[in-house]
Amino acid sequence: MTGPRLHRRAFAAGLSLPFLARVADAAVPANRKFVVIVCRGGMDGLSVAPPIGDPDYEGLRRALALGDAALKLDSTFALHPVLPTIHRLAQAGQARIAPAVASPDRARSHFEAQDVLETGAPGVYATTSGWLNRAVSAMGKVEAISVGPTAPLILRGPATAGSWSPGRALDAEARLPGLLQDLYKQDPLLGPALARGLQTETLARDTGAAMSAAGGMRGQTVPGREAARAMGEALAGFLKAPNGPQVAAVSLDGFDTHANQAPLLAVRLASLDALVDGLHAGLGPVWRDTVVLAVTEFGRTARMNGTGGTDHGTGSTALIMGGALKAGGIVGDWPTLKRQALFEDRDVYPALDLRALEKGLLAEHLGLERRALDSLVFPESASVRPLTGLV
Amino acid sequence: MATGQRDLEGAIAVTRFGLGARAGEIGEAVRDPRGWLKAQVRREGAEPFSTNGEGSTQRLIEFRDYRRQRAMAEQAGSPPADGSGRKDDPVMKARQFVRDNTTGDILGRVQVAAQTPAGFRERWALFWANHFTVSAVKLQVAGLVGPFENEAIRPRIFGRFIDLLGAAETHPAMLLYLDQAQSVGPNSRAAQFQRRRGTREGGGPARGLNENLAREILELHTVGVDGGYTQADVTEFARALTGLSIAGPRDAGVEGVVFRAQTHEPGARTVMGVLYGDGGKEQASAILADLAARPQTARFVCTKIARHFVADDPPPALVARLERAWLSTDGDLARVAEALIDAPEAWEPFPAKLKTPYEFLVSSYRALGGEPRGIGQVAGVLGGLGQRPFGAPSPKGWPDEAAPWAASDALVKRMQFAQQIAAVAGPLVQDPSALATLTLGARLGQASRIAIARAESRAEAVALLLMTPEFQRR
Repeated sequence: MTGPRLHRRAFAAGLSLPFLARVADAAVPANRKFVVIVCRGGMDGLSVAPPIGDPDYEGLRRALALGDAALKLDSTFALHPVLPTIHRLAQAGQARIAPAVASPDRARSHFEAQDVLETGAPGVYATTSGWLNRAVSAMGKVEAISVGPTAPLILRGPATAGSWSPGRALDAEARLPGLLQDLYKQDPLLGPALARGLQTETLARDTGAAMSAAGGMRGQTVPGREAARAMGEALAGFLKAPNGPQVAAVSLDGFDTHANQAPLLAVRLASLDALVDGLHAGLGPVWRDTVVLAVTEFGRTARMNGTGGTDHGTGSTALIMGGALKAGGIVGDWPTLKRQALFEDRDVYPALDLRALEKGLLAEHLGLERRALDSLVFPESASVRPLTGLV
Repeated sequence: MATGQRDLEGAIAVTRFGLGARAGEIGEAVRDPRGWLKAQVRREGAEPFSTNGEGSTQRLIEFRDYRRQRAMAEQAGSPPADGSGRKDDPVMKARQFVRDNTTGDILGRVQVAAQTPAGFRERWALFWANHFTVSAVKLQVAGLVGPFENEAIRPRIFGRFIDLLGAAETHPAMLLYLDQAQSVGPNSRAAQFQRRRGTREGGGPARGLNENLAREILELHTVGVDGGYTQADVTEFARALTGLSIAGPRDAGVEGVVFRAQTHEPGARTVMGVLYGDGGKEQASAILADLAARPQTARFVCTKIARHFVADDPPPALVARLERAWLSTDGDLARVAEALIDAPEAWEPFPAKLKTPYEFLVSSYRALGGEPRGIGQVAGVLGGLGQRPFGAPSPKGWPDEAAPWAASDALVKRMQFAQQIAAVAGPLVQDPSALATLTLGARLGQASRIAIARAESRAEAVALLLMTPEFQRR
């Protein structure tokens, strides 16, 4: 019976849970995988999926406007030229864009906006746990993992999530891990973390080959294309292992492009594309049951600024990918770039609440019920209806 | 004071306020824990670390030379340097030179931290360097991170906040890191001239305002995100900052920071309700001075100090105490440091803070009485633990809370580092139990003491010591 335990966990997270019922479909198929990629720094949606058919696009973007090299999606939208994997997926009906999404935060501060993005709360610094972690809690016996050396907020919280980053293999003979687990028995932070870390190491050893390939990304916050692909393959190795995690989070840094944006952003987007490529290739048949969501804390100004870059804005583009996705056009409305349509005469208008997209995926792909989504996972969000028809 | 209490406070002084004990330090501090700390507070600030004798001006010149060589190589039609070029390629050599400078600076910084007898002063310097983060994520800034800390931060950490703020925001490293160097007033003489001539020389787009530095000064360095400013204040402040830039190839005979009146946005500015009359660079200085004096700044920065030294969720009474010291002395950081030392909340026996990877590395070297000799001993472990030296992922700097650093993978990697360093240094430790007492003093608990005593080898005992909850926390 998961009810009472769930209640305790929710309480610990500082959230009220007004019911004790089962919150997730008992029939969540164990093969469904969900990966969230957090692109930090404010990813420029107008470069990820440039609206090259929008009559105002070139005038606003000037030197940053992407022209014929962009990879066409439909009569309005294309993808950045360095996103060929995602473009191939889109052509196969396995990738869609949501071109005007935003979290409820409007402060244009990275740190506030990342907090709201990752906690799923309606306002800033309302809770210290992440929405993906609480979704995992609600699902009961589900494993989660983050890739990278630090624990991202989106996956911090009541459910113990694992983390992994490339490194050397454990010394199997050493007594130290056992001795430390004894020493950490009374430590509420170090005890569970080390235990989980050792489990993940065992899983890493069992899943084998892809791991060593990821060695190149050690400590880099902006992995190169090869390292990003290897990271995707490594994550795929975990996800498809027997009893492996169903839910994962990855962070990519460096999207804050105030100056000289074109070359800087191309490098980062190429890594994003390579990460998806690694996941897609690594998952093999499991890709069919997978959804990957790439999100950022806010978009950037519609106009190019005075230094060949863009400043903090509002609406941005989310990428929704995976073999489990239903084919279709853009997700949400396109408010256009007409002057009167811009948010505060400055940013892409936030036409779709990011939580609606996230709730829709959690509902249709992982079977979370509306009540849990409205309160536990995304507090005080009953008025934000989950999008339907995605999966 | 009872001996037991003083023993504990001596250990807290060295491990929580300081950077961890070198042999004998706790014994010194136990005599007078507060006096031991206060003796480290001095007007001239923290000692600089070695940067091959080069300052920011020299590094700027070197980087400009690198750029010129790259431009020449590109004009000559050779492929751009992308890491695939030959080792003797002048562009590759110049690039490598920039990198070598940076790694040298990093090593110098860790060595000072590992060896200094003034661990509290060094930690106080590290706090301020992180508060005013500049990061090597931009190659152009990489060679300036070390000089920035030595020139702007370390000499001023026990002076007045306004002086520290002014030095940090107008240092070339900050101007480049937060894109200020390129920002141009839209109605400045330079911009008007450019518009009359059509496009910029060379066909590039017209230049204009960049609001990155203005926003981060408000949000991260002074009043904080809840400080009561609006988007309009950010833009106004950005306009006031225009003109502040870095000398380029055309500024003959000048190096480093310059103020270009012709790119400064003319007119009066209003920031957070205060009107600043038309003027040149004094406009931005006046705004900085007012921001430094605001009570929101005292609240925001004192909360960060309390969080760094005492607890992720700092006791409000402690924050209030620091704020009083700040406001009654006009932001005299020496007095704030002393208020921290005198605050009873700072001596809470429970070690609430988890060491960051950098603190873990430095305190390990201090415990073992050594220092790293090559960048390889530093960069790999810190990168693997998510704290690439000089590489903070954003202007917010490294997080100061436990949660991001306590990822399960990171715990395993800390353990592997402890095993590695203990495999080398452990066999030379004659009595690991005695080392544990020297390192943690009265903070060493019974369970850890027994585990270390029962270890099957010196290496295992030393690895255990570095991984005890008492050593991981402070």
